[in-house]
Amino acid sequence: MKPKTADKIATVVIVILALFIVVLLLGLLGFILFRGIGQINWHFLTSAPQLLKGGGGIGPQLFNSVFLLVLTLIITIPLGWGGGIYMAEYAKPGRITSFIRLVVEVLSSFPSIVIGLFGLLLIVNTFGLGFSLLSGAMALAIFNLPLMVRTTEQAFRAVPKEQKEAGLALGLSKWKIITSILLPVALPSLITGTILASGRIFGEAAALMFTAGMSSPPLDFTDWNPTSPRSPINPLRPAETLAVHIWKVNSEGIGPDSKEIAAGASAVLVILVLAFNLSARWIGRVVYRRMTASK
Amino acid sequence: MNSKLKPRRPLREKHYWEEWTGRIYTSICVVFLIVVMFSIVYFVASKGLSTFFQDGISLREFLFGKTWNPAGEPAVYGALPFITGSFTTTLLAALIASPLSLCAALFMTEIVPGKGKKILQPAIELLSGIPSVVYGFIGLSVIVPMLRSIFGGAGIGIAAGCLVLSVMILPTVTSIMADALSALPKGLRESSYALGATRWQTIYRVIIPTVLPALLTGIVLGMARAFGEALAVQMVIGNAPHVPQSLLESASTLTSVITLSMGNTTMGSVHNNALWSMALVLLVMTFVFVILVRLLERRNRV
Repeated sequence: MKPKTADKIATVVIVILALFIVVLLLGLLGFILFRGIGQINWHFLTSAPQLLKGGGGIGPQLFNSVFLLVLTLIITIPLGWGGGIYMAEYAKPGRITSFIRLVVEVLSSFPSIVIGLFGLLLIVNTFGLGFSLLSGAMALAIFNLPLMVRTTEQAFRAVPKEQKEAGLALGLSKWKIITSILLPVALPSLITGTILASGRIFGEAAALMFTAGMSSPPLDFTDWNPTSPRSPINPLRPAETLAVHIWKVNSEGIGPDSKEIAAGASAVLVILVLAFNLSARWIGRVVYRRMTASK
Repeated sequence: MNSKLKPRRPLREKHYWEEWTGRIYTSICVVFLIVVMFSIVYFVASKGLSTFFQDGISLREFLFGKTWNPAGEPAVYGALPFITGSFTTTLLAALIASPLSLCAALFMTEIVPGKGKKILQPAIELLSGIPSVVYGFIGLSVIVPMLRSIFGGAGIGIAAGCLVLSVMILPTVTSIMADALSALPKGLRESSYALGATRWQTIYRVIIPTVLPALLTGIVLGMARAFGEALAVQMVIGNAPHVPQSLLESASTLTSVITLSMGNTTMGSVHNNALWSMALVLLVMTFVFVILVRLLERRNRV
């Protein structure tokens, strides 16, 4: 075959396969939204699921997902940002640092189900927290931390060197430089990274099945006492999240409308994850503009 | 000592404390990571190994036994069906996803750089954002009926599992491949064109051989993800505890068995311990994948 012909054929094949991926994505999104969007209404979003009859909603699951996300971020942000700052500013190249890097790499490649099982063994059983929001948040924190450390390190490394040198020239301590000079500059990418990680937490299910549990007690949204078992903000109650609910409905759904519930819940989940992705970019840009003089 | 320097002393003391809060705080965060990793390995290993040391099941029986019948008399714990299930789905998923990803990465960096990236990059990012349970739902409501109408049978099985997995790992593999390709020095490409090579000749004679280790890294990371994925596969694979004879037969993976059975067994029973041994297999495979990636990265540096 002439090289020119081969080149043309290869180009056509590559372009077709690349466009196939775009079509695949559009097809997937279109399918999820098309199947699910008709299910979504105020009743579906707020009411409790029905086990045997049709017409149930996803209210508690939605609330649990959001609440769990908040709890997870409360645990991960201080730890993840701190770890990232260590890697970017304090770690000296050497054996210990490369060991820590290996640990982060290994932690981030553990399957989420293994982290869920570890949570079941240590947090749920040994620490005695039971199937609860708090156990779930801790498991998700383990799942999320390595990612957070990595994005934080990158964000701090991306800060121009001159900023740090200016701080040193002023005679500031290293910690002062980190918190009052580097952190504001790195903040836009830190926020973007954190929101992107939130999207991942939001859709995670395997790590939660064995930690946050697969059921929700009937919630009483007028009871805001954090120790009462029916209170929505009690962190020690079991909580089924939206993603776990989708899995459960799909694999053991016995209600007459379980297909529709799964479609509607999937659409809600995907819309929320997309919202996380888009808002991450937008908020990052806005904060960047606020923090710097650039337009 | 010059007396004029004396007033600086309190200032230094303040710095001293500031310096140490930062150092200690960030070190605690890192130590926490290390402790978590080692405790995961320790707890999973201690549970998983008790199958062999306490319950007296031989490693051979567990790894190569073809029958899994924990309820039988006597109970048999052969995990080979699940191990083969995991490996087959992972390898097939990688086989489907790798060429697609390579084409997407080449499209972004070689064929239409700039514009291609604008179209594909968001698509890839959105694909990676879709949660795995949603992939399972799509597999259950699109791929399974499709396979059923084309090939007959139930539609659930390894074929459905690896199709779902291949879409799931597509973004991981593509973004790593695209990064590797765009990090390639420009001179290499230009000198090849200067010799009169066509674009395709440049791609497969110059570019691909140069970045091969990085491309393989992408595939290995994709496989690591596929191997550990639990729920999406569990929903479409059928979960039958035997070694399947064809791709359309119902099968199981390590993760799908753990997901399904862990809640129904009591802690400390032999059945439960055998499930922990499977988790240990997953853990060991994670280390194998990490080592592979490290080896490939080392080759890439040279």
